[in-house]
Amino acid sequence: MFKFFLVKLSQLVPTFIGVTIVAFSFIRLLPGDPILLMAGERGISAERYAQLKSQMGFDRSLVVQYFDFLKGLLHGDLGNSLVTHAPVMNEFLSRFPATLELSLFALTFAVIIGLPAGVLAAVKRGKTLDHSIMGISLTGYSMPIFWWGLLLIMLFSSTLGWTPVSGRISFLYFIEPVTGFMTIDSLLAGDWGAFLSSLHHLILPGIVLGTIPLAVIARQTRSSMLEVLGEDYVRSARAKGLSNFRVIMVHTLRNALISVVTVIGLQVGLLLAGAILTETIFSWPGIGKWMIDAISRRDYPSVQGGLVLIAFIVMIVNLLVDLAYGVINPRIRH
Amino acid sequence: MKKTLLAAGIAAMMLGATPVMAKTLVYCSEGSPEGFDPSLYTAGTTFDASSKTIYNRLVQFKPGTTEVEPAIAKSWEVSDDGLKVTFHLRDDVKFQTTDFFTPSRMLNADDVIWTFERQMDKENPYYKLANGSFEYFNSMSMGELIKSIDKVDDHTVKFELTTPNAPFVANLAMDFASIHSKEYEQQLLDEGKPELANQQPIGTGPFQFVNYREDAAIRYKANPDYFRGKQPIDDLVFAITSDAQVRYQKLMAGECQVMPFPNPADVDDMKQNDDVNVLQEAGLNVAYLAYNTQMAPFDKPEVRKALNMAINKQAIIDAVFQGAGEVAKNPIPPSMWGYADEVKDDQYDPDKAKQMLKDAGVENLKMNIWAMPVQRPYMPNARRTAELMQSDLSKVGVDAQIVTYEWGEYLKRSSDTKRDGAVILGWTGDNGDPDNFMGVLLGCDGVGGANRSQWCYKPFDELIKKARTLDDQDERAKLYKQAQQIFKEQAPWDTLAHSTVFMPIRKEVTGYKIDPLGGHSFEGVDIE
Repeated sequence: MFKFFLVKLSQLVPTFIGVTIVAFSFIRLLPGDPILLMAGERGISAERYAQLKSQMGFDRSLVVQYFDFLKGLLHGDLGNSLVTHAPVMNEFLSRFPATLELSLFALTFAVIIGLPAGVLAAVKRGKTLDHSIMGISLTGYSMPIFWWGLLLIMLFSSTLGWTPVSGRISFLYFIEPVTGFMTIDSLLAGDWGAFLSSLHHLILPGIVLGTIPLAVIARQTRSSMLEVLGEDYVRSARAKGLSNFRVIMVHTLRNALISVVTVIGLQVGLLLAGAILTETIFSWPGIGKWMIDAISRRDYPSVQGGLVLIAFIVMIVNLLVDLAYGVINPRIRH
Repeated sequence: MKKTLLAAGIAAMMLGATPVMAKTLVYCSEGSPEGFDPSLYTAGTTFDASSKTIYNRLVQFKPGTTEVEPAIAKSWEVSDDGLKVTFHLRDDVKFQTTDFFTPSRMLNADDVIWTFERQMDKENPYYKLANGSFEYFNSMSMGELIKSIDKVDDHTVKFELTTPNAPFVANLAMDFASIHSKEYEQQLLDEGKPELANQQPIGTGPFQFVNYREDAAIRYKANPDYFRGKQPIDDLVFAITSDAQVRYQKLMAGECQVMPFPNPADVDDMKQNDDVNVLQEAGLNVAYLAYNTQMAPFDKPEVRKALNMAINKQAIIDAVFQGAGEVAKNPIPPSMWGYADEVKDDQYDPDKAKQMLKDAGVENLKMNIWAMPVQRPYMPNARRTAELMQSDLSKVGVDAQIVTYEWGEYLKRSSDTKRDGAVILGWTGDNGDPDNFMGVLLGCDGVGGANRSQWCYKPFDELIKKARTLDDQDERAKLYKQAQQIFKEQAPWDTLAHSTVFMPIRKEVTGYKIDPLGGHSFEGVDIE
């Protein structure tokens, strides 16, 4: 198992180097210049432009800039934002818990609804319920997030007034960040009202962000269940006279879960990507919204640093999924 | 029992039960501030969150106007030669007392001098900290303009200038000139953390900083020591909401009471809403089409005038601005002093335009129209505007192609003196002075820079330069009016539009005034 872990870990190194190259060049390939964008219609003198460029280190060759970035990265230093002048690492870390909290909530929502829905569809294969669940999940999968978010806001927030339109907590509360998770921090502060407010604010963005993973999980659970349901040992279990419930929950679902767990792990990357749009709609102060702002301002250090950190997190989660899979199914270790 | 309590709590939240709070105004701001030191930045979003709330300046724009009035300085006088400006400071101005700073003295001349030294004295620790990145101060050429600043006594400060400059006093009402506390910043320097001035600001303004949660909210409370008295609201919250549609939903749901920058398409709907008042005012801006007057055939005024007459500007106002604007005939907006209302615009007349082009020997003209890739306060949709122009020009036999570049690239390339065709661009005023439009955008000094028509016309330039040195506003206005006549005859631009600024606020909000300069200030605002 340890060898398997080392192999998987060593595979990460070239991927990580690839990611740094992509992250570094991506923002520089985009047309646009942070200094000119900052100056706007007012313009900037050639002399001042050259001065700023040199201060920001952009007058050096790209190769030198890249290796500087890599050197900083190995020391955990991603440079400072061109806009706020604060360290990129701090900017990222102060926002990441918000994204993580939302993603976990969305994933929990997706699993709680998606898994039983997939099981039900498999059990009722070919029936109306199956077609309905799969139809709804296809619709969910194809839904443009931005449109879906606005639609829910208009219905539940503006028309019915059940949920807040956007934000992370009511402005009536201010909770000092400890873990960065608003729900946990409000409980730690012993403020019950703040806790409920933060949960209340998670509902709509959680549903919107969780919609696509929900559809994927439901579909994967269904097909995986169908596959296992056709296995000989399931037939044997039925022949032994076990109850249908026991056959499905113990003999089928448990085995079907192996591939579902992998799919759930893969959703993490999708969740982080989906968070960019969801956070923009719901004014959720996480890394998605931060990245969008950084890209539009051509804040090179923030964009490259943010991309590398996000990629790093996705890689680590995938490694954990691979390891978990190795634990569940020892055959793939070899 | 616990479950019942939990269920009751959730039900209470669902029903919108909230704790009782002080009078709080929530403003759905459009973005995150870059920081809280207004001298370091140029973005309006940052100024709203810093200079407009936390700070004051020596002088200020009278709310809702561009007229300069006293603020920290109760009065000022300009010497006869225009080279010395002396400000007399109020003696009742106190910096804010917060968790992180308690002032030991009232504001005095030292703070004023410190404010400017930190932006121009290379030895000042704050100058060094920022690497001299005081872009607004620099772009207004304040460093070259100010020769020295002297403390006459504790409440009198004298600025000596290198050259007479009439807009100088108005410049001091701009955000970058917000007065900082020397005592506070010295304290931070002594503690070895000067950068905190940009994160935990101290000013003299109507609201004081409480805290900032990145990308989420900024909280302020009314400054109890404010020299004009405590504000009617107790707390002010900026709820950062970048999407205009979501801002509108929040306004309707009562989650915020004031929102800036509505989608033009939503304005009609907002006006129908019983809970919302839509304030509107002509913005202090202009959108224009700048020909490159250094390149043939646009070097001929008659060609430029003919093209101006071929473009139906009213159609652009109707289709692109959706009525939220008016046709421009001068390079400055009508609300600005010195506006020449007597100027006659080139009327839309395609037949005459065609004839004029023929007379000028221009046939089968091919040209580029540059359309900006972004929406700006003065131009909701440059691409659509360019398409309408293209269609108009084709009627007089001109084949126009639309080109566009990424915004930063657009700004850079359009400044080039060898650039082709005509560029759609615009300007929002900084200080309410006509020089800020005509001097910056049409003066000879701006060629290759902010002067996108690359137009250097001596008779015009001399008038502008002379007006800059005079102190008497009536005299200056006369010169600007003459300059506008020359501008119209020479037609370096097709003046397109002055847009209207909309500000939706909830009905319970009173005392809000639209700032023609585009800022958002909550001084004097109340909730009924």
